[in-house]
Amino acid sequence: MKIFVCIKQVPDTETKIKISPDQTGIDTAGIKWVMNPYDEYAVEEANKLRDANPGSQVWVLSVGPKARVVESLRTALAMGADEAIVVNGEGLDNLSTAKALAEVIKAEGGAKVIFSGKLAIDDNSSSVSQMMAEFLNVPHTTVVSKFNFNGENVLVERDIEGGAKEVVQMMTPAVVAANKGLNMPRYASLPGIMKAKKKVIKEVEFASLNIPASDIKVKYTGFALPPEKPAVKMISGDASAQASELVKLLRDEAKVL
Amino acid sequence: MGKILVFAEHTNGKLKRSAQELLQAAAASGNTVVAVAFGSHAGDVTAALGHNGASEVHVVKDAALDAYNPESFTANIAAIIAKVQPSIILASASSTGKDLFPRVAARLGVGVASDCTSLTISGDNVTAVKPMYSGKCFATVNFENSSTKIVLMRANQLPVAAADTSKTANVIENAAATVDLKTLVKEIVKGASEKLDLTEANIIVSGGRGLKEAANFKVLNDLADVLGATVGASRAVVDAGWVGHGMQVGQTGKTVAPTLYIAVGISGAIQHLAGMSGSKVIVAINNDPNAPIFQKATYGIVGDALEIVPKLTEEFKKALHH
Repeated sequence: MKIFVCIKQVPDTETKIKISPDQTGIDTAGIKWVMNPYDEYAVEEANKLRDANPGSQVWVLSVGPKARVVESLRTALAMGADEAIVVNGEGLDNLSTAKALAEVIKAEGGAKVIFSGKLAIDDNSSSVSQMMAEFLNVPHTTVVSKFNFNGENVLVERDIEGGAKEVVQMMTPAVVAANKGLNMPRYASLPGIMKAKKKVIKEVEFASLNIPASDIKVKYTGFALPPEKPAVKMISGDASAQASELVKLLRDEAKVL
Repeated sequence: MGKILVFAEHTNGKLKRSAQELLQAAAASGNTVVAVAFGSHAGDVTAALGHNGASEVHVVKDAALDAYNPESFTANIAAIIAKVQPSIILASASSTGKDLFPRVAARLGVGVASDCTSLTISGDNVTAVKPMYSGKCFATVNFENSSTKIVLMRANQLPVAAADTSKTANVIENAAATVDLKTLVKEIVKGASEKLDLTEANIIVSGGRGLKEAANFKVLNDLADVLGATVGASRAVVDAGWVGHGMQVGQTGKTVAPTLYIAVGISGAIQHLAGMSGSKVIVAINNDPNAPIFQKATYGIVGDALEIVPKLTEEFKKALHH
């Protein structure tokens, strides 16, 4: 069976973010790009599913500017994915990205299970997986921390508020968006890295998918850094004095009690 | 002026604070506010929906909608949207809201702004502001080519005034939409805590490695009980198995924005700061004066957490009883 994983390339968490002069985005000079952390769980689960079902293949798919996004696809290949496709496109939103992913998956003959991360840490939107599932007319579950496939249906656990979990069964094909806890992603092996370097990544132009510009529904503007926080007020004294002073400040100065 | 549809989440018939926030913001804009509530207890919230600003309420009182199912919820909300024709939809960026509305947006061919922290409604247009790159910057979300604009707001971002009990809403009962379900929610396994979720909590007390061992979370639980707070944790102690992942605040855990966040024995790795820097007032208690958490804190205490926290609990007890 065919298993797809949709990944996104994002700035590394440690990267310092600077705003572009026209405030329509961030200054990408000097940014270290990595695979979205939640997508690593998705790649790992896809690999595990393939390994448990001989004859299966893992296809990893990403939308973005080709030149840099292929690096994250190579990371996924080094982790064990079999094939990779890059959709070359820029200036897209969640909906148009989801449509592109769905179109490419359809063109490749569909998939039994499609994995992704529960959200991308750049815009925190947690939207693309559900939109893609809708465009493919298949069920989805997000925030998944446990996955099982019995040959026909998938059984997953979805993390919800208060530490509670929903146990959800879906008919396949199905979209599964991974949360932390689903697995421990494997490190890329040296032979894996060597193999990934040589692999030919299939290229698709976003423009060739015939998705109209009117399918871009959301635009981000007015990028700004958060306001500077006033310096911390340190409370000195022994433990008793510190405790009573803090409560006083929270009540009388911060007024949060 | 147009109509704003508010998806009103409730717990067994008790309206969530996040729903009150959205209803009151919608009503303040001068638009007509239409609320939607699902499930066998939906009838119990219609009065509260009216008190908070809805003039019309659509309910689907079907027990099949007591538990969230993406397919049935999408079909039912889409049917009501088709009837109401709102220009704006407001919902909470909760487990349900974040899962449901992107799918609804794809079905309707409209835009969705998820995880927003403020919104500006003018006439039947809306823009929203959301944190980007783990709160390192903010951006304004603008809609285009979108007949309906969907905004999902984080909880505790908008003010809530006392509800006006003289106001009532016109209640419309809807039959449940028929859906050929491919998704079955078999069971809901309850979490250990009956408290408010971290993402909804107004006060959070979080613990890290500085607590030295798992058993010492007891001192945080005692403090949280006095404050009516929810207990969170750093990634280090979740990975060490002291507490469950549901309690993790930060990059690979939950993003929280309470009024008061008390970080106990947490050094403040960037992954942790990413999840809590939106908190209004931050208290840091740590034995290392150079811990990065102090750079984000409003108030800082250098000292032994195990010595200070029990004293703090006693002080809060006194302060809150007067």
